[in-house]
Amino acid sequence: MTVQTGATQAILETADSLRWQIGREFHEHLMEDIYTDATHIADRAVTRPDEKPRFDLDRTIDRLVTSRIFGFPLMILLFTIVFWLTISGANVPSSWLATLLLDTIHPLLKQGAAAIGMPWWLDGFLIDGMYLATAWVVSVMLPPMAIFFPLFTLLEDFGYLPRVAFNLDNAFKKSGAHGKQALSMMMGFGCNAAGVVATRVIDSPRERLIAIITNNFALCNGRWPTQILIASIFIGGLVPAYLGGLISALSVVAIALLGVLFTFLVSWSLSRTLLKGEVSTFSLELPPYRPPRIWQTIYTSVIDRTLIVLWRAITFAMPAGAVIWLTANVTIGGTSVVEYVINFLNPLGILVGLNGVILVAYIFAIPANEIVIPTILMLTVLVTGAGGGAGAGVMFELESQADTLALFYADGWTLLTAVNLMLFSLIHNPCSTTIYTIYKETGSKKWTAVASLLPVVMGFVVTFFVAQIWRLVAGIG
Amino acid sequence: MNIKLQTPAPDACASCPAHHIGNLLRLGVNMENWDYVVALAGNPNTGKSTVFNALTGLRQHTGNWPGKTVTRAEGGYSYGDNRYKIVDLPGTYSLLSTSMDEEVARDFILFGRPDVTVIVVDSTRLERNLNLALQVLEITDRAVLCLNLIDEARRHGLQVDERRLARDLGVPVVPTAARQDEGLQELLKAIHEVATGQFVCKPHRIKNEAPAIKRALAQLVPQLEAAFPNLPNARWVALRLLDGDQRIVKAIQNGEFGDLNAHAPVQPETNLELQLEVVS
Repeated sequence: MTVQTGATQAILETADSLRWQIGREFHEHLMEDIYTDATHIADRAVTRPDEKPRFDLDRTIDRLVTSRIFGFPLMILLFTIVFWLTISGANVPSSWLATLLLDTIHPLLKQGAAAIGMPWWLDGFLIDGMYLATAWVVSVMLPPMAIFFPLFTLLEDFGYLPRVAFNLDNAFKKSGAHGKQALSMMMGFGCNAAGVVATRVIDSPRERLIAIITNNFALCNGRWPTQILIASIFIGGLVPAYLGGLISALSVVAIALLGVLFTFLVSWSLSRTLLKGEVSTFSLELPPYRPPRIWQTIYTSVIDRTLIVLWRAITFAMPAGAVIWLTANVTIGGTSVVEYVINFLNPLGILVGLNGVILVAYIFAIPANEIVIPTILMLTVLVTGAGGGAGAGVMFELESQADTLALFYADGWTLLTAVNLMLFSLIHNPCSTTIYTIYKETGSKKWTAVASLLPVVMGFVVTFFVAQIWRLVAGIG
Repeated sequence: MNIKLQTPAPDACASCPAHHIGNLLRLGVNMENWDYVVALAGNPNTGKSTVFNALTGLRQHTGNWPGKTVTRAEGGYSYGDNRYKIVDLPGTYSLLSTSMDEEVARDFILFGRPDVTVIVVDSTRLERNLNLALQVLEITDRAVLCLNLIDEARRHGLQVDERRLARDLGVPVVPTAARQDEGLQELLKAIHEVATGQFVCKPHRIKNEAPAIKRALAQLVPQLEAAFPNLPNARWVALRLLDGDQRIVKAIQNGEFGDLNAHAPVQPETNLELQLEVVS
């Protein structure tokens, strides 16, 4: 069927001129008509019970969790519990997996390779590079994810997340951002790429961009292992053993809260500079609490989230492991390629309270934040020459946290290095998957560049100042 | 015993059920193996995804917070001899304003023209949920109202008279408790009856009271009807134009409404070119 352009043009012109006649309240009239009809129809169909005062559990819980006084402390308490369960529960299965994958299967593979006479470089490339990187990621990531995601999903199922959004709404509004940003931020705690997609619930493009750019400050799943490991060996180590777990959990929560604070700060400055505009209002319905269906939740969160995120990490860890092994074993004039880069970046790293190894690790980890710690360990061994026979470019796990600590101290680490590593892990560029997602969602190279570069610049600024103040106060280099 | 399917010739579908294959394909719906398309609309948090999972047997994650389904999910089931493709639209409170999720839902119902749109409502919040239901009924005249969470309504002592509701809305109304698998057979049956034309809906249309609006509609609707004789919802399109909805303006300009075929007169199932052949 063809429609003459003339007819469509006439329709649009009529509509335009009529629009001027019907007045500005048109939209409100339209809504009123709908509401009137809806009320009328619902009234006829629904019979309410005789109004009898009854105890309303939902309302009582709501009063508590959204209370001005208890809302925030309860929120922090709940998340501390979730992280504490994750940290303390993941230790045992993690070391069990490490024993299986690294201490049992890896030597077997090496023996097998030797038996069939595989050349050393192929054996190193495949087994020490690709296999070990993958095994490391699996053993470090799988247990915490398998605990964290179901717990988080249970909270979600119960109906707690909209209350978090309700609590945070005011702060977001004051930052010039949309209250629904709280929801995309919550998703970001699982995975930033998912968080960026979740910003679709925000109607205004301006507020959506703010939500996309700041989503990276929600500490994602790939960065939890870094935080947890560094917190347990450096910060948990400062206090007696029985307090270690709790203090580590609290310091990780502190970093996560710092991320929330940065979300507000950056939203605030963006909405006053690059992305000026009005704050839109919205109504958020607090859904009734529903008892979570525990087994189904565990099943879906393991299938939907854990395995998918793990698979992504593996597909990135494998080639990264191969590249790391190559750069550590290809030498120019007796020095490996990666050492050149480390030495080049080291002055910058030291300046901001980190070191060259950490910066190189963050370059390698652009595809997946999960491999930061394994890469740092491997490169530190390479630089210090410690590690006894593990060989260049081989990711490995140290027998105990004390060994790890000793290795780091040998490379000149201090508490400052640990704190700044945790800060830099919070504030640096998003992983490549997230960058790609941002590009797909915004369709703009400019905003993708802003979202990618802004955090890394901020990361350097923050670590620089922390390092300077730390050195000033502590009086050490 | 397994069932072997004879795939119909590609153009067979143009003459079969009411959905418009061209627009559905453009919306990314693969229609190769399906007889009918069912869209699932509803407010956030009405258990829409739970209904979707219960009908399809899929285990898409359902979350108790608004904005869970941002894009649409698809699944399928068969009922009787027909295979139904079911599309879970994003949960929205309205189809008027233009956030991305509302646009996805609106465009699918408007341009995809599903054979049946199931509107899932929360029985305990009927009044608020009817706002969306009435807007859906403005766009399509092939709908089923799924009165979900009826168990919670009962627990709160609410009684919903679904017959009265069905008469007022002009579409079938089915009480369900999807989490408990209650009422789903009845829902499937109602969808089937609307899809096959055994039940012809007479959807409620919103009464516009303001005289200025009435006058404007009296002028614009005839013009629209003349230009697009097959448009089933000219009044609604006119209201959107008056509201300055740019998406609708664009659709008028690029002839998307002209693209819509007439509802082919609904044919009884026996006329379908699809045949199921049982092979032992």
